Amino acid sequence: MEYFLQQLINGVTLGAIYGLIAIGYTMVYGIIGMINFAHGDIFMIGAFIALITFLCLVAIGITAVPLALFLVLLVAMALTALYGWTVERVAYRPLRQSFRLAPLISAIGMSIALENFAQVVQGARVKPLPPLITGGFTLTHKGGFTVQLSNVQIMVVVTTVVLMGVFSWLVARTRLGRDMRACEQDLKMASLLGVDVNRTISYTFIIGAALAAVAGIMHLLYYGVIDFYIGFVAGVKAFTAAVLGGIGSLPGAMLGGLLIGLIETFWSAYFSIEYKDVAAFSILVIVLIFLPTGILGRPEVEKV
Amino acid sequence: MNAPSATTGNTPMLAVRGVKTYYGNIIALKGIDLDIHAGEIVAMIGANGAGKSTLMMTIFGDPRPREGQVLFEGRDITGMPAHEIARLNIAQSPEGRRIFGRMTVMENLQMGATVTDNAHFEEDLERVFRLFPRLKERVHQRGGTLSGGEQQMLAIGRALMSRPRLLLLDEPSLGLAPLLVKQIFDAIRELNEREKLTVFLVEQNAFHALKLAHRGYVMVNGLITLSGPGRELLQRPEVRAAYLEGGRH
Ligand SMILES: Nc1ncnc2c1ncn2[C@@H]1O[C@H](COP(=O)(O)OP(=O)(O)O)[C@@H](O)[C@H]1O
Ligand SMILES: [Mg+2]
Repeated sequence: MEYFLQQLINGVTLGAIYGLIAIGYTMVYGIIGMINFAHGDIFMIGAFIALITFLCLVAIGITAVPLALFLVLLVAMALTALYGWTVERVAYRPLRQSFRLAPLISAIGMSIALENFAQVVQGARVKPLPPLITGGFTLTHKGGFTVQLSNVQIMVVVTTVVLMGVFSWLVARTRLGRDMRACEQDLKMASLLGVDVNRTISYTFIIGAALAAVAGIMHLLYYGVIDFYIGFVAGVKAFTAAVLGGIGSLPGAMLGGLLIGLIETFWSAYFSIEYKDVAAFSILVIVLIFLPTGILGRPEVEKV
Repeated sequence: MNAPSATTGNTPMLAVRGVKTYYGNIIALKGIDLDIHAGEIVAMIGANGAGKSTLMMTIFGDPRPREGQVLFEGRDITGMPAHEIARLNIAQSPEGRRIFGRMTVMENLQMGATVTDNAHFEEDLERVFRLFPRLKERVHQRGGTLSGGEQQMLAIGRALMSRPRLLLLDEPSLGLAPLLVKQIFDAIRELNEREKLTVFLVEQNAFHALKLAHRGYVMVNGLITLSGPGRELLQRPEVRAAYLEGGRH
């Protein structure tokens, strides 16, 4: 029971990270109907920017953890958003009138380019960050097994919940969110009404990348190490989360992220840690075959 | 020649000059010329596939015509991005209504007000509700759950929220019961008479459209074959034969 509880805590933490990345996949798919395969690598770039910012802050003597974290959050979100914006601008927008596969191929190219860029600039070795947030709570201590809730885990989950709240509010209540939903339902109609569709799409990439940057920071804090390859693995899992939840659906992305995090954690805990990535990939295949619209997705028929 | 400065005198509000539009290599508009003057209701009738909707969209910049020009108050707007055309206070209620089905009626109307920056939202909302009281009753309902007639009212109401100077309507009567068609056409007439709104209307329903319009055009296979005052066109034997046989309500 204690073991189970511990895995539950770990799974929710991991799920929060996947959920934040999954939102980027699902938003972009919703609006322009393409899978942004470079999104996982945007997450990786976010983690690197966060690491570099931490080191710079330490170098100039800013070591107070809350202040440093806040600054890292700002810098990483802003710069990663710039990456997201640029990727759309140079690799996808010119191909929007092209055949359907063109932007997809371009996305795969972008993904490889970003990975290689990080590898060349940062090296292939794993980069560590000394633990910044330490400590936590011991929930129970029975039969030699302790259930720990670490401060990092609390921070990850709280930040995710707050961000998802803010993000849901933005989509449901603001002018930009309404424009995004309009574009998602009917790009052409939105443009007839005066919505600058290209700008709205840019914002979608910017927001998705900023959320991925937060996920990158969390990954960095939670695992303490990153390398140029984390974007691929986390990207596939977050994409699976988006598909599982129903691609195009925002609550679906959040739910899917949570589920994938839990499944992966329990799989590693009870079956085999070596095959933990296999769990996510198997789910992707199974969902695509048996539940292509996902849990909260809607079938592609509603277009009037 | 068109003097670009002239928004005075005889410059039509909208002028379409020798417009040819293609889909790939297939020609859909084979050289269209037409004028719409401020304060007019102009109807274009034509069978399914004649190119009416293509003309509406060409006016809105996409598809871009391969030849010819679209002028709004003397200014060349050919192939301009649609959202910039919308900012010139041209509004379109397109073919198929294109309501945002997963948004509420209110949100659809808010989307219609995109170009006005909500400067007079409440006032414009009241005006739409006065014209179509049904929308007020349905204001929190999702667009996709409305009946066809209500969706058409919403599509027109949404277009009106932008305070257009030129309103383009693509087959507003399509699929509606006769009573609703009358209601919609009465609303268009009222807008034109009371507010001097300029309307360009595309219809297969020739009888109602030509009765309502000051002037009309007939489009066949991407070409304009006839034009003249609406009631005059209604009397033409070729119009009666082609568009009114059994089509009269
Ligand atoms: N998106 C499109 N791609 C290719 N052909 C089109 C497209 N839209 C319309 N067409 C063709 O252009 C012609 C005119 O269509 P349309 O403008 O919709 O006519 P109408 O509105 O008068 O019924 C038709 O032959 C139609 O098949
Ligand atoms: Mg049509």
